[in-house]
Amino acid sequence: MKKYTFTEKKDTRSGFGAGILELGRTNPDVVAMTADLAGSLKLEGFIKEFPERYVQCGIAEANMIGVAAGLTIGGKIPFATTFANFATGRVYDQIRQSVCYSNKNVKICASHAGLTLGEDGATHQILEDLGMMKMLPNMTVINPCDFNQTKAATIAIAEHEGPVYLRFGRPVVPIFTPADQKFEIGKAVILNEGPDVSIFATGHLVWEAIQAGEKLAEEGIEADIINIHTIKPLDEEAILASVKKTGCAVSAEEHMLNGGLGDSVAQVLARNYPAPLEMIGVHDTFGESGTPAQLMEKYGLTADRIVEAVKKAMQRKAA
Amino acid sequence: MVTEAIDTKTLCGQLRLKVLDLYNQAHAGHIGCSLSCIDIIAASLILRKREQDTFILSKGHAAAALYASLHHLGELTDADLASYYLNGTTLPAHPAPNKHKGIPFATGSLGHGLPIGTGIAKANKLTGENGRVFVLMSDGETNEGTTWEAAHFAMQNQLDNLIILIDKNGLQGFGYTQDVLGDTADPAKWKAIGFDVVEADGHDVQSLTSAIDEVSGRPNGVPKVVVAHTIKGKGVSYMEDRLEWHYLPMTPDQYAQAVDDVTSRYF
Repeated sequence: MKKYTFTEKKDTRSGFGAGILELGRTNPDVVAMTADLAGSLKLEGFIKEFPERYVQCGIAEANMIGVAAGLTIGGKIPFATTFANFATGRVYDQIRQSVCYSNKNVKICASHAGLTLGEDGATHQILEDLGMMKMLPNMTVINPCDFNQTKAATIAIAEHEGPVYLRFGRPVVPIFTPADQKFEIGKAVILNEGPDVSIFATGHLVWEAIQAGEKLAEEGIEADIINIHTIKPLDEEAILASVKKTGCAVSAEEHMLNGGLGDSVAQVLARNYPAPLEMIGVHDTFGESGTPAQLMEKYGLTADRIVEAVKKAMQRKAA
Repeated sequence: MVTEAIDTKTLCGQLRLKVLDLYNQAHAGHIGCSLSCIDIIAASLILRKREQDTFILSKGHAAAALYASLHHLGELTDADLASYYLNGTTLPAHPAPNKHKGIPFATGSLGHGLPIGTGIAKANKLTGENGRVFVLMSDGETNEGTTWEAAHFAMQNQLDNLIILIDKNGLQGFGYTQDVLGDTADPAKWKAIGFDVVEADGHDVQSLTSAIDEVSGRPNGVPKVVVAHTIKGKGVSYMEDRLEWHYLPMTPDQYAQAVDDVTSRYF
């Protein structure tokens, strides 16, 4: 197992804040928008340097998405920001009609996704956003894993022409990907190579997958660990190449199983190369109040649960 | 480019005949909705829109009125119109995006056109372009909450390049607006928010162009609303102010009578 270490933990939303500040300096077309959550989305740096390219929309998310679509006429690149719950479910028809069907260059950047929002509870812990967004034609869906990758993804999506949903979160998590990485949309990142099982993880679960890989290595199990930061377009080639080698897989995500990464992996395998797949994610239920760590433990989104899933997948392969 | 010199009554008659022709050809509904707003489209899109301006038909169910007007402007061909409503067309019942230059966005899901138009107006302010944005809404459409989100955004951002045109015919999908949710398009509501509000006769092109010119002549940092008083189905006697012509298609006899009505009134 390849060794991954970290010296610092930061929130992925701060990676977004750093990315959009850099974009402000390098791309005059970039406009930052928010529905009165500038602080939560870490926009302070951008607002201070580029107040003329900051658009405050108030607590009116549907209008923000429509205004973002309109802003693209003439070449602006709007980054519309709010919590993941309000960036997707609340404004689905706006995204569907004005952004995706109209195919406009809008970047929807969503923080506080998933259970790791913690004590704010189920009203705000959206676990369906990846599913809703990946179902929309023309939409690209990205869920980076740490500060560095979120910053790199933020910068990369400005270069991509078309609608993008970029999902990140609130808690501080280890920074283990390189600061100088080039983010390639739709290109999975292979973190470890092994013959026994493929672990496909996204977002906060990538670090858990690495922890699981270390525990498995102690037992002599070497896993392919692959960071699927782009849910759509999915890197089917990387997924199939890995499973053709290992013969079984585990998916891991901080999202509902219905509609998430595991669901996409299952489709790829079913269509191309049927193989045992165990899925780590939330089983058709809303979240609840608790610390992020408590909730990840309770809903089974941890390295230990990934280890168990790997063993189950390998047993099924052997059967 | 069409000039003031055109006989606007004839123009509005021609557009009505084209609208009726489209609905007859497709055996489709929303006729009353198109006849209600066709004079507003003539005044704004045909007579007042400059190259740098944008026109958004937010009440997308009146697409036939938009298509007839874009055809008049030469942006749509006879062949385009012949495909209206058919499989494979670029001109469906509700406008599809990016198929024609004059239709950059999908509309018809109500309450979307104003946020979009507001965004375009904001973009013009950011880039220093002097383009105006016309957004044509129906009075029933102002039931949608995005109307009021966008209205406050337009005020806060001083979008005096935004001109909302309201087709106020007093009828919506299944009833009089008064009975459904009350008069959400009441000019007093727009004034209370701070808009520059002018009322016009929605079937008098002169009244409409004057209203547009009047509000455009006030670059005072305040967004504009032209509340156009209209009659659903205007121009066809048996359709006027009748709810059922929101949806009904015409029989061949009804089409013939509609053509007769328009011909006798407008030519």
